[in-house]
Amino acid sequence: MTQTEMAISVRGLTKIFGKRTVVDHFDMEVPKGAIYGFLGPNGSGKTTTIRMMCGLLIPDGGEGSCLGYDILTESHAIKENVGYMTQRFSLYEDLTIRENLDFIARMFRMKDRRKHVDQALADLGLADRAGQLAGTLSGGWKQRLSLAACMIHKPRLLMLDEPTAGVDPKARRDFWTEIRRLAASGVTVLVSTHYMDEAIQCDYIAYIAYGKKLISGRAADIPDKIGLVSWRVEGPDIGKLEAELRATEGIGQVARFGAVLHVWGTDADALENIVAEQKKRRIHSWRRQKAGLEEAFIYLMVDAPDNFSVGAGG
Amino acid sequence: MRFSFSRLFAVLVKEFVQMRRDRITFAMMIGIPIMQLLLFGYAINSDPKNLPTLVEMADQGPVSRAVLMGMQASEYFDFIGIVTGQEEGDRALRDGTANFVIVIPPNFERDVVRGLHPEVLLSADASDPAAAGGAVGAISGVIDTAIRETMTGPLRYAATGAPPFTVTVHRQFNAEGRTSTNIVPGLLAIILSMTMVMITAVAIVRESEKGTMEALIATPVRPFEVMLGKILPYILVGYVQTFVFLLAANYLFDVPFIGSRLAFFAGFNLYIIVNLALGFLISTVAKSQMQAMQISFFTILPTILLSGFMFPFAGMPGWAQTIGSAVPATHFLRLTRKVMLKGADMTDISTDMVNIGIIMVVIVAVALRRYRQTLD
Ligand SMILES: Nc1ncnc2c1ncn2[C@@H]1O[C@H](COP(=O)(O)OP(=O)(O)OP(=O)(O)O)[C@@H](O)[C@H]1O
Ligand SMILES: [Mg+2]
Repeated sequence: MTQTEMAISVRGLTKIFGKRTVVDHFDMEVPKGAIYGFLGPNGSGKTTTIRMMCGLLIPDGGEGSCLGYDILTESHAIKENVGYMTQRFSLYEDLTIRENLDFIARMFRMKDRRKHVDQALADLGLADRAGQLAGTLSGGWKQRLSLAACMIHKPRLLMLDEPTAGVDPKARRDFWTEIRRLAASGVTVLVSTHYMDEAIQCDYIAYIAYGKKLISGRAADIPDKIGLVSWRVEGPDIGKLEAELRATEGIGQVARFGAVLHVWGTDADALENIVAEQKKRRIHSWRRQKAGLEEAFIYLMVDAPDNFSVGAGG
Repeated sequence: MRFSFSRLFAVLVKEFVQMRRDRITFAMMIGIPIMQLLLFGYAINSDPKNLPTLVEMADQGPVSRAVLMGMQASEYFDFIGIVTGQEEGDRALRDGTANFVIVIPPNFERDVVRGLHPEVLLSADASDPAAAGGAVGAISGVIDTAIRETMTGPLRYAATGAPPFTVTVHRQFNAEGRTSTNIVPGLLAIILSMTMVMITAVAIVRESEKGTMEALIATPVRPFEVMLGKILPYILVGYVQTFVFLLAANYLFDVPFIGSRLAFFAGFNLYIIVNLALGFLISTVAKSQMQAMQISFFTILPTILLSGFMFPFAGMPGWAQTIGSAVPATHFLRLTRKVMLKGADMTDISTDMVNIGIIMVVIVAVALRRYRQTLD
């Protein structure tokens, strides 16, 4: 793909805090209009990367562009066109909901400010609570307010840092419906998340650990890129089998999908041996299957250690 | 993209709303100055030495010289030059170059010998009574001793009995020598510096500490808009404080205000700005509101101790004077005393204005250099 079709294109992005390299030669290409999922365990460097891309942190190395603007020299133009939702609530708790939205709208020098603020309040369903102090909102509502605030100036690129953390399932579903609608209208969305059901809705995925990108690409290609081998198991007493398999060395991962057990891993030979062993018992039916996204994400997310321990040690 | 007034206005509105909702801080901004004013309004005394003194000498005889040597030996007076007329002496007193002018009248020696009790005139800048007090008290004895030691041999008869001369002390600017008259104008410098520096530093650091800085700088806001938007509301607070102060000075402490109002206005505006800039600078160093508070407090020590508020500036050792000169309060304190007590006008305070201006330029330059509009 060519440069112009990319909403974000960065190469070699590096950030060092003190002596720790928190983001290490990170590359990312986000096509325009895509929903791009950014995954990785706690402390892996997602927030730091996003901050570098929208001009809030100066990278110690690397280069790139956002919406065609250089991330090193044109961060003002980037800020005009990007909606960035911070991971931590960063609106003013001592301002009311309306005052917060109004302030952000003024920062972007929006025309018809009042109309857009009213619209945002109505969309949020907060029109009748507009005079309430933002600090008195519940956690989930704070998230929803932040989201509304970062979208108020109709940006062409959204960078959302764990936007749905602490948001209830219905609101999350509404949120993703909205994201897909925006993407369809040409807005690019980069979203970091720890939720598997959200990762599955993304067109593209990048996975980061210890500041290094481990894998990225079209979501559908991810299982193959990882090299996952998956088996589908059916039969009686599936719960007992699950417990037994979990205790087995070299099995990779096991998860139940209803009455069916999925067993997958990257070590095809080890799996093959275990399966051969099991097949001899003739209790369950084992079928090789194409590894799906769910398996890939569980593989990536569940087993990854918290990156903080290593980080804290130096 | 350039400076935007609408964004500055938005930051201003936000600051005012936040200020209004933060009742305790707001009460503190008004309450602390009044407290200080009442507490410090009481006398603080000291006995400073080596105060700059000018001489007007109309008699050159050995007795006159002995008088000067005696004064020098007393350590109260430090002769810094000679003047040749009353006007010159008065000007030096007004602009603070000298604390005293001593006038030895013509034919002093002859009149002493003849027993005519000639009059030595000591003009003192009594706007700082603590500074003038010791010296004024000692002068008579000092001159007496000096003369008696010179008058030996056949002249001894003149040295017996009552002193063969009279000292007239002429207190200028604060005739009654009341300490509160001196302390109260100085307090304005302390109060403004204490609250202005701390409030700005804390208000700015609060943005980073609460995390709101991230959302703020993710918008296209420019650093200068943030800086101005944060500082301007507190200028208004400074106005309120100054107003309260002037009322209290007038009604509670009976401190006169005899100088140029314009000079005072110009001076305190500049002083408020320099303190806000200092607060801004501190906010670029401090990581938390607590730290901002502590660093601000640290700057208050030299402001109180070395500015000439607590101890007369001229009486401080050289190193302390050097540090004191870098403190904005030092210059503002002189300025206020000159204007309120000595009736100074714009030209009289120009040196102080320039000095505060220089300090401000340095602070603003460093602050803007340090201020980064990123989270680094
Ligand atoms: N300002 C900073 N100074 C020093 N270290 C920092 C700073 N910001 C982040 N870090 C460190 O950088 C590492 C990456 O942090 P980052 O917030 O980017 O992770 P993350 O992937 O967003 O984690 P999470 O999923 O928990 O949000 C962490 O170990 C963190 O401690
Ligand atoms: Mg994060």
